[in-house]
Amino acid sequence: MHSVWKTSIRFTLVTTVLLGFAYPLAITGVAHVLFSHQASGSLILKNGHVVGSALLGQSFTSDKYFHPRISAAGNGYDAANSGGSNYAQSNLKLVQRVQGDIDKLAAQNPGKPVPIDLVTASGSGLDPDITPDAAYYQAGRVAKTRGIEEGTVKQLVAAHVTPRTLGLLGEPRVNVLQLNLDLDTMTK
Amino acid sequence: MTSNGWLQFAVFSALLLLSVKPVGIYLAKVLEGERTWLDPLLRPIEKLIYKLGGVNAGEEMNWREYAFALLGFSAVSMLLTYMMERLQGWGPLAASWLNPRKLAGVEQALAFNTAASFTTNTNWQSYVPETTMSYLTQMSSLAYHNFASAAVGIAVAVALVRGIKRMSSPTIGNFWVDVTRSILYVLLPGCAIFALVLVWQGVPQNFHPYTQATTLESQTQTIAQGPVASQEAIKMLGTNGGGFFNANSAHPFENPTPFTNLLEMLAIFVIPAALTFTLGRLTGSPGHGWAVLATMFILFAVGFTTVYWAESHAHPMIHGAQQAGTATAPGGNMEGKEVRFGIAQTSLFATITTDASCGAVNGMHDSFTALGGMVVLTNIMLGEVVFGGVGAGLYGILIFVVLAVFIAGLMVGRTPEYLGKKIEAYDVKMAMLYVLIFPLIILVLTAIFVLAPTVGLSSLNNAGPHGLTEILYAFTSATGNNGSGFAGLNANTWWYNVVLGGAMLGGRFLMVVPVLALAGNLASKKSVPPSPGTFPVNGGLFTVLLTGVILILGALTFFPALSLGPILEHLLLKSGQLF
Repeated sequence: MHSVWKTSIRFTLVTTVLLGFAYPLAITGVAHVLFSHQASGSLILKNGHVVGSALLGQSFTSDKYFHPRISAAGNGYDAANSGGSNYAQSNLKLVQRVQGDIDKLAAQNPGKPVPIDLVTASGSGLDPDITPDAAYYQAGRVAKTRGIEEGTVKQLVAAHVTPRTLGLLGEPRVNVLQLNLDLDTMTK
Repeated sequence: MTSNGWLQFAVFSALLLLSVKPVGIYLAKVLEGERTWLDPLLRPIEKLIYKLGGVNAGEEMNWREYAFALLGFSAVSMLLTYMMERLQGWGPLAASWLNPRKLAGVEQALAFNTAASFTTNTNWQSYVPETTMSYLTQMSSLAYHNFASAAVGIAVAVALVRGIKRMSSPTIGNFWVDVTRSILYVLLPGCAIFALVLVWQGVPQNFHPYTQATTLESQTQTIAQGPVASQEAIKMLGTNGGGFFNANSAHPFENPTPFTNLLEMLAIFVIPAALTFTLGRLTGSPGHGWAVLATMFILFAVGFTTVYWAESHAHPMIHGAQQAGTATAPGGNMEGKEVRFGIAQTSLFATITTDASCGAVNGMHDSFTALGGMVVLTNIMLGEVVFGGVGAGLYGILIFVVLAVFIAGLMVGRTPEYLGKKIEAYDVKMAMLYVLIFPLIILVLTAIFVLAPTVGLSSLNNAGPHGLTEILYAFTSATGNNGSGFAGLNANTWWYNVVLGGAMLGGRFLMVVPVLALAGNLASKKSVPPSPGTFPVNGGLFTVLLTGVILILGALTFFPALSLGPILEHLLLKSGQLF
């Protein structure tokens, strides 16, 4: 029995050095040589300041921007506190929240059904994407607020649609932050 | 459901099945101590680990010695993790690059829960990692256990396979050698490559302090980062599932693209699937390995079909939304799901992570439809033998194989045999112990917490039958060493932390010891030559029998609980009842 404890302690320490330190530090080193931008969080700089990450959603409430999905991360798009609403389908609060948002959006865009992703909370609370349907749904509002042609905005959306990987994997999507950045550049 | 969704399932399945033979052969070589092409690089490191670790690599262990080594190693490494959590805010351990957020030591009950969780390959997380665990703790303790606990799983599986294979042998191998070789020749090289692919796709790998971004609308967004990719790789390949971030694989930094999602799903299943081939090869009965794989695949396909079907449905009480899929939007139940994955990739991930004992999630199971949530819960209740955890899936399904052979023996009225070994009273007792401990822990603890308003019910996020499912899911996930959750349940309370931690330890070690006892007993037996009366353990008949035994044992044990939870919720929601 004595030797089991001794081996356990020595083995734990040796493997911790290898797996807990050498492995992650080696990966960090190689990652920064090969893929420095991604390893540092795919940050987007504008005028030398970080405006966000290309991979993370952020909050947009102004009518001149495309809006992202509902976020349950912290107080909304808190990138240091990710998570979903965890509401069950049978939860009254879920139905009230979704129905309330649908009614608000329907007032802006009468007659058109609201794309469901626009009124549901993502799993991470940091979903950077909306569906192309949800982007086109908002094009009219954005164009009107900015005083530009709706067709121009729709063209910009079309240029931002990321198709399925290899035409197969995942779903078509539009990165909201990238779209809004280009929208700002276009109408400057 | 769309044709694209089915195509994604078909492509995943094809890639998985193609990997089974080559990976299975490689695993057999590693576990039998044969030379591999990595030997020139890794053999010196292996020898160094034995030397520094005080391991006598030539020593053969009987099942008791093997079990003691396993328990000793688990106890010591769990204690070290507990200490690291408690001390992460202290002195030199809080150096700025190791703990940039200046996070304080973790509270006792939570530290115990987390140490138990990662030691047992569960990776249940009662905490929000971004605001609780320092880079040092995540890297040196939590990610460390992702390697160690997975290797322990492989070790137990190969010990059982040796028990089947060896004749009149008092020993079943050397625990330290099995763990070392699993880590060094399988998990570590796999993770090194996988981690770099993840970084290429966008997973961060750094020790920067959290970044302050100023958004386009001039708000501040604090972006948590860290050494994510190195942990993400072993989190999937070791079927661990403990996220670097709270949102786990739904977080774009853990799973940025549909391509990484495909790789993460493959990483969960690749070793468990290949181990069936290893079983066939090492026991000299390849047909048996394929029959076990076929059983797993059938249960997997049925599970995916049901989840995908359920999650594609519109919510009956929501009106005015486009809930049916279009060419450019998946529709269906998108609450708790990510747009880049949609319904198909989320349903597939959820099925895989609960078939295996992984527990990573790329969508919130709590927000799944009642029936979709029921299937992922049932996957865990079946004992996680549908591919299952790394190693744990194989030794789990071999228990069911023993029971299936026993039942077949009863039907024809002769002593059951399994690959030349007589299955006798002691073997069936150990198998039944394994099968009974699991529901006993889950159902008793769920019942107690459901009856305790302040301790149990006050943590609920959802009322009505879904509340019962939240608690049932928590104890099932903990005991099954899965680690996924109906995450609305606030499990970070003293009672939940301590009792769930106990359930995890019970679900691992109370079940591993009977497996090793079975391995030891089988190894000591003589081989009996097959006769015309021997029930074959390959082919379609055996696959049907094994599938039936798993379903009947698992489902009948838990059906009453499921009928009060998700089934009732489904029926009430259909009739317009909300909670």
